[in-house]
Amino acid sequence: MTTTPLAARGPRAWWRVPQRQVPVLATLALLLVMYGIGVSQYRAFSNIQVVFNIFIDNGFLLVVAVGMTFVILTGGIDLSVGSVVAMTAMVSASLLGDGVHPAVVLLIALLIGPALGFAMGCVIHFFDIQPFIVTLAGMFFARGMCTWISSTSIPITDGFWTSAAQERIRIGENFVTVSVLVALVVVAVAAYTLAYTRLGRNVYAIGGNQQSALLMGLPVGRTKIAVYTISGLCSAIGGILLSFYTLSGAPLIAIGMELDTIAAVVIGGTLLTGGSGYVFGTVLGVLVLGVIQTLITFDGSLSSWWTKIVIGGLLFAFILLQRLVGIRKK
Amino acid sequence: MSTARTRLAGVTGHRLFWPLVVLVVLLAANTVYRPSFLSVELKNGHLYGSLVDIVRLSAPLILVALGMSLVIATGGIDLSVGSVAAVCGAIACLYISEQPDQNSLGAVLTAVAIAFGVALVLGAWNGILVAGIGIQPIIATLILMVAGRGLAQLVTSGQIITINSEPYKTIGVGHLLTLPFAIIIALAVTLVVAVLTRRTALGMIIEAVGGNAEASRLAGVRSRRITFLVYVVSAACAAVAGFMMTANVSSADGNAVGLWVELDAILAVVIGGTSLAGGRFYLSGTIVGALIIQTLTTSVYAMNIDPQTALLFKAVVVIAVCLIQAPAFRARFRRRHAPTAAPATPAEKQKEQVPA
Repeated sequence: MTTTPLAARGPRAWWRVPQRQVPVLATLALLLVMYGIGVSQYRAFSNIQVVFNIFIDNGFLLVVAVGMTFVILTGGIDLSVGSVVAMTAMVSASLLGDGVHPAVVLLIALLIGPALGFAMGCVIHFFDIQPFIVTLAGMFFARGMCTWISSTSIPITDGFWTSAAQERIRIGENFVTVSVLVALVVVAVAAYTLAYTRLGRNVYAIGGNQQSALLMGLPVGRTKIAVYTISGLCSAIGGILLSFYTLSGAPLIAIGMELDTIAAVVIGGTLLTGGSGYVFGTVLGVLVLGVIQTLITFDGSLSSWWTKIVIGGLLFAFILLQRLVGIRKK
Repeated sequence: MSTARTRLAGVTGHRLFWPLVVLVVLLAANTVYRPSFLSVELKNGHLYGSLVDIVRLSAPLILVALGMSLVIATGGIDLSVGSVAAVCGAIACLYISEQPDQNSLGAVLTAVAIAFGVALVLGAWNGILVAGIGIQPIIATLILMVAGRGLAQLVTSGQIITINSEPYKTIGVGHLLTLPFAIIIALAVTLVVAVLTRRTALGMIIEAVGGNAEASRLAGVRSRRITFLVYVVSAACAAVAGFMMTANVSSADGNAVGLWVELDAILAVVIGGTSLAGGRFYLSGTIVGALIIQTLTTSVYAMNIDPQTALLFKAVVVIAVCLIQAPAFRARFRRRHAPTAAPATPAEKQKEQVPA
């Protein structure tokens, strides 16, 4: 996170932070403050397992948000993620119920999301229709498919799934689940892709200025299709992780998840206009959402709707911060 | 021969042509499925029939979509309308439920006035964020979309508030002059908006702001004030829609009122031929779009299909309408199937794509 690949690196005082990293650092500071408040208010909060639980409870959200980061970095948006997560979980649950081998189910589940993402990317690129509308249609489509498969929740009893769900990986006194490991691998691969590969550079270039990227001869179309495919793949992985977590597929699951992921990406300091942001910021954004929920759970007297109000307030604060940073840069 | 072809191209090229075709096809499909579909009858001085029902049920969507048209015309988008509808419906119902006499007209009017005032404040909040601070509209209104749901639940304390108020119920299911009251409200608001934007320079000014806010400012348009205004109007429309939705069921559920209505409204606007990039708006198209969406929903319900599965059909219609209207798609289709055809009406000048 210390490299500034596209900005000129002139001589500067060591305490000056590059401006594009200010939002990420602000999120980090916020996260630490919130965690500090939790620890000072509730004795059990200092338990390391609390931190691990945030990861366990939000592993699928983390994976989906990583995919969304790619899309938003190009200046697009993907509203279909929540529905694709639900569809993946439904397809897995229904196929497993039919007695299909888990490996085959895994493969099919991992193919559907990217296929839909690829199709949406193609429509966005070739027919020049706004991502907002295309992914909205994708959202309707995937959600419709869920109920079409089954209008009720399907439980999963498959051995592989239950063992993946219940496996506890011990770290000293505490534990994490398989989902957390998968999520961390996805984060690592995504961070590497964005920072060090040609695809990553193209993503930033398109988000910075699509016309310039086109004039530079970058494969704009291919990259745009790729980011929606990546987002679809991440949603599919997220769907499988969610089916590990709940051991069922339900048609109404993960409603509104697209908002949570967009909020996490924005709070993580990625500009919604594209071109600036880091996967690490998204991880912090998801953790902020997780800590808010944990704080509200620990408090006990606050109702769940406060989560939404607090997230709205945080969104406002961070967008304002980005705006101020943006103005100073000009 | 050539004039006939030009005339045909003029008709099929009209921006309302394809949306109307879709609407007619949907209505025809319904009539095939249920021959009594088109019949409208007069009972006790009130009009009844599936068509009347469709228009009545689409009234809230028409209202929200009207406000959304103006916002989108300025190059913005308002994601918060569903939440605003929920907050306003909740406030109105809460106030009425606390009155000793829920049937008092004064109490209902006060409740509506208070909730409407809150809507104006919420709209002003959106307007300040977009026009004042200069935050991207999709994000600025996302804040209220997320937080507004929380606020609505806060107002109702997470409960469903049930009321028993005849005057309030009238907003949703009452009749006036044989027509459902909701239709009259939607019609009145449509007329006011249409007259204000099409019989005065206001509409053109809004389009100028959407075309290029900076250029319009230099040309002497108070572009920030206009931008601010459209968000307030959008919230006001959403509030009235919220009253209708809650009056329909005589209860307010902070979670469910206006859920997804922002997406339906944006769809209605897009189906109506308005580009999300801004600079143009077509109120008649928006209304046709809203009617298409409601007809689709109603007919899917009539066929006993799960409401959630209805989304599948919606997805197909959305993509079909968007593709038909996309210049890139039409050009491709024309090239492949009619290579020798004379160039049809010049494709609408395309604005530079703004990522949504």
